[in-house]
Amino acid sequence: MPGLVIEREVVIDAPVEVVWRTITEPDQMSQWFADRVELAVEPGAHGFMEFGDQGGPVVVEVVDPPTRFSFRWNYPHGEEPEAGNSMLVEFTLTPEGDERTRLRVVESGHELLAWPDAEKQRYADEHKDGWADYLDHLTALLAKRQPR
Amino acid sequence: MTAQADDELWSAIADPSRRRVLDLLVSYGDVSASWLAGRVPFSRQAVSKHLVVLERAGLISRRKQGREVLYQVQADRLDQAARAMAELAAQWDRRLSRIKRLAETAHAESKKRNPHEG
Repeated sequence: MPGLVIEREVVIDAPVEVVWRTITEPDQMSQWFADRVELAVEPGAHGFMEFGDQGGPVVVEVVDPPTRFSFRWNYPHGEEPEAGNSMLVEFTLTPEGDERTRLRVVESGHELLAWPDAEKQRYADEHKDGWADYLDHLTALLAKRQPR
Repeated sequence: MTAQADDELWSAIADPSRRRVLDLLVSYGDVSASWLAGRVPFSRQAVSKHLVVLERAGLISRRKQGREVLYQVQADRLDQAARAMAELAAQWDRRLSRIKRLAETAHAESKKRNPHEG
């Protein structure tokens, strides 16, 4: 069963190494993600993130400097994140020249990983426009049919 | 509703065949399973299964009219899902713009310190 997928992208005027440090160093992460981050940036490392008075465990998956970084989290449920109960956050960094980096993030539900690759590809192709667009399309259709 | 917690809803919408059924219901409303089966490239049994999943996720409801069962979209639930998804996307946009600001500031400062590098 597929789950939720969110894809967002930003272009940053900084070299890929700088962006890499910003997304992977715990004291930097605490400035853009959680209030407090305890994490060793190595594959399989277990850590913890705090959001206000709540927190949850996080597990690092891929560390491939300076282009790929991913981790699992399942805030707010608080169980140990593993395939089957958590969200996977995947960052991809693409250098565009010496001083510009394209940063893409994909957050997906756990179910996707259990799929055969062909299915994943088909799924990815069908979601090029993203979930928000699909839901917008549906609600727009609905509004047309049932003026409210 | 938090989107993470609502696996049933996202799973229901994620399947391409179910999205096809949902599209038809959104466009036409108040139709029967046999009517739907005549407009999709899969079996009547498959249509019934998809309807069960969509109903369980709260996205559609059914009512009896004479001997027929008619299905319609639950507009509120769909709106709610669209809003939850938009909020999650907006959350990532806010995080990405914080990352952008942090990285660009760090880069500008290191250039100031080492004007001959990078």
